Amino acid sequence: MINQTEILETINMIEKENLDIRTITMGISLLDCTSESIDSLLTKVYDKVTKKAENLVKVGEQIEAEYGIPIINKRISVTPISLIGQGKTSDDFVKIAKTLDKAANTVGVNFIGGFSALVHKGFTVGDTALIDAIPQALSETNLVCSSVNVGSTKAGINMDAVKKMGEIIKQTAEMTKNTDGFGCAKLVVFANAVEDNPFMAGAFHGVGEAECVINVGVSGPGVVKCALEKVKGCDFQTVSETVKKTAFKITRMGNLVAKEASKRLNVPYGIVDLSLAPTPAVGDSVAYILEEMGLEKCGAHGTTAALALLNDAVKKGGIFAASNVGGLSGAFIPVSEDAGMIEAAKSGALSIEKLEAMTCVCSVGLDMIVIPGDTSASTISAIIADEAAIGMINNKTTAVRVIPAPGKKVGDIVEFGGLLGTGPVMKVSNLDSSAFIARGGRIPAPIHSLRN
Amino acid sequence: MNAIITVVGKDRVGIICGVTTVLSELNVNILDISQTIMNDIFTMIMSVSLKDMPGSFANLSDRLAKEGEKLGVVINIQHEDIFNSMHRI
Repeated sequence: MINQTEILETINMIEKENLDIRTITMGISLLDCTSESIDSLLTKVYDKVTKKAENLVKVGEQIEAEYGIPIINKRISVTPISLIGQGKTSDDFVKIAKTLDKAANTVGVNFIGGFSALVHKGFTVGDTALIDAIPQALSETNLVCSSVNVGSTKAGINMDAVKKMGEIIKQTAEMTKNTDGFGCAKLVVFANAVEDNPFMAGAFHGVGEAECVINVGVSGPGVVKCALEKVKGCDFQTVSETVKKTAFKITRMGNLVAKEASKRLNVPYGIVDLSLAPTPAVGDSVAYILEEMGLEKCGAHGTTAALALLNDAVKKGGIFAASNVGGLSGAFIPVSEDAGMIEAAKSGALSIEKLEAMTCVCSVGLDMIVIPGDTSASTISAIIADEAAIGMINNKTTAVRVIPAPGKKVGDIVEFGGLLGTGPVMKVSNLDSSAFIARGGRIPAPIHSLRN
Repeated sequence: MNAIITVVGKDRVGIICGVTTVLSELNVNILDISQTIMNDIFTMIMSVSLKDMPGSFANLSDRLAKEGEKLGVVINIQHEDIFNSMHRI
């Protein structure tokens, strides 16, 4: 029998320390939805998504009620749409995005991801058409998320795609300027994208995946922060051990929810993402964990080392707690979604250069960063190139999700609301990178890509 | 299925009676109870079996929440697996 202390510990984690399951994401393959006629393709996509996910939200809410653990989002990821719409025009791709939006609305999920193209080595006709459709698709839908993979350790970096994505981000911001460029919050540019990521905006259902799977992303920075409060002044082995034990407990929740959802939906259990995902709620911040380790503010010298320890300990603690592990797995540092990061950025403690260094040692990359509206497309491309290079050389996933908010200047604040939070506009270098970006072509894969 | 009910709040007369009355009305069997008062805060943990309960879990959870409001305490009910999975391998 479980004892009283253990029961109260779990309840305390949920009620006071914001322990929750960030998302149950159902991955659905749409590979069988291709069709010569766009109308029949749209019908097949709508029917398949609404059929497979018809009970997703209901089951999520049941689990939430019975286990008393909040499940913040229910989401869907689909096969990269560029593969489904090969041979179609950009206008057709916009129609597909709207169909995905409609299907997501019908089943009641919070997001649908997979309006994506994988172009790390080059573009197919369908990839180009999809990428051209992104600004309009994101401005005319609410729930659709888009991602483009522009580089990998194996293939190098497609610099034509990097150039293109800088322009696409600018256009998306312009087309959603009434909401301060909100469209860009639903668009991620990746290097080494993973196929089973449950997190948005970058989730898609990879071609190596099964017909339909359940992936779960856990959260819980508040729980880690509270655990560290109890080991103030102790050495780093103790810090690491404490994070590991806490991550284990958090991940056990994810494993339980994933198994239960998979059983009730009769869909295989894919993975649990060993993640620490913050929300803008005070007490649910990754930055506060780093500060708890002894830094005056997130962004101070030492932040990268603190994050490296945290990221590694989360994985070590989590790996034994879940049967299947995957996704992005690690700590996230989305600036606008993390109360401590928001404060640090507002006070000038945290710069985009420091964030870039932090992305070398944690999950993903420059995430939810609002930059001045007059930032040029080539500068955005150069930011993407830097991040992709970090990913390519270090064999890790990196990403860029920046929002060049139209009309906004450094120091302004942009409100996105909900999970996406509040973004202070951050300074970017005003030095010119356009001649670098204009070169195009491909940065070759590094020597250590040749492992065979 | 077994569930854990936790009752936390300011101590007063009739908390156990209020909670157990709801359980008995819904045919929920109590397997174990532990109860303490810490700094004037009443804390009770019950392990219950829902095997013979004819109604739904949501109904029980609703009834307990309402009873909690009446008594001025917070009542939670959760599937026991959440505790087992977090604290036992």
